[in-house]
Amino acid sequence: MIAETQEVIPALEVHNLSASYQRKPVLWDVDFQLPQGKLIGVVGPNGSGKTTLLKNIMGLMEPDSGYVKLFGEDLEKVRHRISYVPQRESVDWNFPASVRDVVEMGRYRKNRLFKRLKAQDHQLVTEALERVNLLELSQRQISQLSGGQQQRVFIARALAQQADLYLMDEPFVGVDAATEEALLELLTEMKNAGKTVVIVHHDLQTAYEYFDWTVLLNTRLVAAGPQESIFKKELLQEAYGGRLTVLSKIGDLMARKDFPARETGFKEKEGLGDG
Amino acid sequence: MSSAGFYIMATGAVIAAACALLGSFLVLRKMAMVGDAVSHAVLPGIVLAFLISGSRGNLIMLVGAAITGVLTTVLIELLHKKARLQEDASIGITFTWLFAIGVILISSFTGQVDLDQDCVLYGEIAYVPLDLLYTSSGTVLGPRALWVGGGLLLLVVIFVLVGFRGLKISTFNPEYAKALGISTAFWHFSFMGLVSLTTVVSFESVGAILIVALLVVPAATAYLLTHRLKAMLLLAVLFGVLASVGGYYLAAALNGSIAGAMVTVAGILFLLAFGYSRWENSRKA
Amino acid sequence: MDSLWTFLQFKDATLQLVTAGTVLIAMGASVVGCFAFLRKRALVGDAVAHAILPGIAVAFMLTAAKNPLILLSGALVSGWLALYCIEIIQKTSKLSADTAIAAVLGVFFGIGILLLTHIQHSDLENQSGLDRFLFGSAASMSTADLLTYAGVALFLLLAIAGLYKELKLFSFNPEYAQVLGLPVKTIRRLINSLTVMAIAIGIQSVGVVLMAALLITPAAAARAWTDRLLVMIFLAAGFAAFSALVGSYVSFSATAMPTGPWIVMSLSFLALISLFIAPQRGLLARLNRQRLNRIKILTENMLKAFYNLGERAGTYQKWLTAEDLARVRDFTHAELTQGLRILRKKHLVIPKQSGYRLSRQGLDEARRVVRLHRLWEMYLTQRMRMKSDHIHPNAETIEHIITPEIEEQLLRELDFPEKDPHSSPIPYPQ
Repeated sequence: MIAETQEVIPALEVHNLSASYQRKPVLWDVDFQLPQGKLIGVVGPNGSGKTTLLKNIMGLMEPDSGYVKLFGEDLEKVRHRISYVPQRESVDWNFPASVRDVVEMGRYRKNRLFKRLKAQDHQLVTEALERVNLLELSQRQISQLSGGQQQRVFIARALAQQADLYLMDEPFVGVDAATEEALLELLTEMKNAGKTVVIVHHDLQTAYEYFDWTVLLNTRLVAAGPQESIFKKELLQEAYGGRLTVLSKIGDLMARKDFPARETGFKEKEGLGDG
Repeated sequence: MSSAGFYIMATGAVIAAACALLGSFLVLRKMAMVGDAVSHAVLPGIVLAFLISGSRGNLIMLVGAAITGVLTTVLIELLHKKARLQEDASIGITFTWLFAIGVILISSFTGQVDLDQDCVLYGEIAYVPLDLLYTSSGTVLGPRALWVGGGLLLLVVIFVLVGFRGLKISTFNPEYAKALGISTAFWHFSFMGLVSLTTVVSFESVGAILIVALLVVPAATAYLLTHRLKAMLLLAVLFGVLASVGGYYLAAALNGSIAGAMVTVAGILFLLAFGYSRWENSRKA
Repeated sequence: MDSLWTFLQFKDATLQLVTAGTVLIAMGASVVGCFAFLRKRALVGDAVAHAILPGIAVAFMLTAAKNPLILLSGALVSGWLALYCIEIIQKTSKLSADTAIAAVLGVFFGIGILLLTHIQHSDLENQSGLDRFLFGSAASMSTADLLTYAGVALFLLLAIAGLYKELKLFSFNPEYAQVLGLPVKTIRRLINSLTVMAIAIGIQSVGVVLMAALLITPAAAARAWTDRLLVMIFLAAGFAAFSALVGSYVSFSATAMPTGPWIVMSLSFLALISLFIAPQRGLLARLNRQRLNRIKILTENMLKAFYNLGERAGTYQKWLTAEDLARVRDFTHAELTQGLRILRKKHLVIPKQSGYRLSRQGLDEARRVVRLHRLWEMYLTQRMRMKSDHIHPNAETIEHIITPEIEEQLLRELDFPEKDPHSSPIPYPQ
């Protein structure tokens, strides 16, 4: 029964999502669905809106249009099933905290913020630390860690959250080859346990072998699907072959003229609104 | 030691401790200058509160003045986001403007407000022992400022204890906190509200401008010496208390402002910690 | 208003001198402030202003004199020391810039207050007037003071004029300046020295606490009006000069009033107005742009509604009512009234008792909008791989922003298509 519904309900559905910074469009009507239980890469050149996409999925930004469904529901209903791993550089690692302190944050919940963590929470934190091989370093100050270790702290924090869908922003950046391999093994393990893992990744070379599925992004969606259908010369060229000049001209114009990304109150009447 | 001396040091110590606790989070949130701006910008609120209530220490008036501080942070945000002015300029314009209004109000109502420019600059902690509270039977309870400061410290301690996790996660990684569904806006505003209230309460004792030093310097000193948040908070309080005790004696020796001397001692402690942390870093390297 | 008249006549020689001095000082500080603003170092300026206090106190204690040059030297030394401390703390510890600035500001000021109160409580003669540095009081300056400070202000302005090119390049892009082989280190030291000097004299007029405003506020106000540095500098100097006059006037007419806060009030007022009404960058201009966008979108949508009804009926000559238009699209009553009024005024529709129809010109314009909509839908499906059932909402917006130049490019890239993805014909100009 469960297996059946899992096949039907996508882990993530992004519907006509548009987003902009100060009116300059960063995502143009991105629209795709991702299945459950896969290791999925979000791939595209610099500035192609990968991080913006994750932020919109996590409700950290207000989209101009479109919506996101997670396991067929709104984010608020399934928040506990979703885990977000921000970019490593997005925090100040000089913050006075130990490895364990940070991983414990994965057990924080908004309505339990004032209560002590339970024994079970501490158990889950320990297990998460063990899985990323940081148990011996759990009392270490976070600023004294290497880049790869800091990345593992973030992943342990996500693991401690016990989610079903993981959204990770560039987890392989600043990580040495051995750690990268170990991380990939861990991610594959998670996938085999039925979790869905979505990873923002900028390296096209490794993307093919790492993931089962890929979302190819360049401010617009170029393609989303299983590896074989994505890694075609034509599609890759479209994603990496530079911006569409018309698109960037229109984007600049919208920012300069303060143009709304969507007409306010736009409603078309059924069947009549064709241009 | 005279009881007056003790009262002054104790009042300085409770205020410095409250400032040190909140200041630690200001430093970690990289909002030290916003704290500075708030401590300047509450001035018009304080003057108006005095004008309306005709006295200090009225609780509603304290809160009213503190709201000015929170509004300052909102105004800074507005200038930055809506008028698209760069952030440092938004801070600078907002606090100088509000502070100027405060000084003008003081000058306009000299007769009616028991405030002068010296008090604005470095407070009147020396006069603390003159304003005592008594029980109905006439027993001395101690200076009013000490009780108010003690109440503030209690409030801050409760806030930091109860809100420890919320403050920690929304400071270290606000985006992750939001992803967990935690309201970072709630933590931001309740925290800034308390910072604002602290600047209003401290104003009488140390003036508007030296508060930033009490907020930031002991916290920064502690931050240089430890890697643990709890240790940082405790050390910051310790340095704040040391500064107020040391400041009292320094001021007595030099016959100068006690608040100024407290900050000078805090600065000396910072210098020592800074030297130590550099020495330790070079030893490790 | 009598006092204003007396003030403006400048009959009083002291008044002339004080006002001229204040204006010159404010101008000097605001011009240097433009560079501090562009380098995003506004708050460092605030810290330096506070940090000058102990320098002045020590200079006075050592010489027991109020010679302006000696006090100025003390100010420069401690200002420089503060800058150095901020830099060292930031570079060699984990403390962030804002903490370094706030800590230096607080500690230096605390030491300054300690020393100043020490001087006041001691029996040193001639000590009165030192606290004027705190809130600024140009009126209490002696002629010798004024001449010295005005001289320094003049020197600042000349130095900036002489080194304008180098300073400009350095402020906008220090890396590029270094690549070009400019002595970046020397320029940085120079610009820092000029800033410290400007602050040291500026506190004469507005005082230590409000000095930051004299650096930042005129610059921010001027920046709202222009993208050109030279214009910005002149505007900032103008705002500062005007505000210095306001401050001098107020403290002339009400002697209890300090000059500084009124200069700052005037500056803040000018800045808020500028941020509000400046063309292009101002809030009002932005709101107006948004209003014009809305009107453009509304009228073009109405033209489209006329066109759609005509397309279906096979003729564009039929007279249509507002209700007919509302059947094609959700226009509110107010929108219909406003839109039809504008279209009529532009002669894009012809009114008659029984309704409206498109004029020739209106039909051309309607065809243009429909063409852009359908062209953009083609672009979305062909170039952006969007499914044809997802493209309409996006095209609804973009059709209003495509310029003739972009239209031409679209036509070329799509090779002048005849039908859109929904197989509706793309109307070309006839």
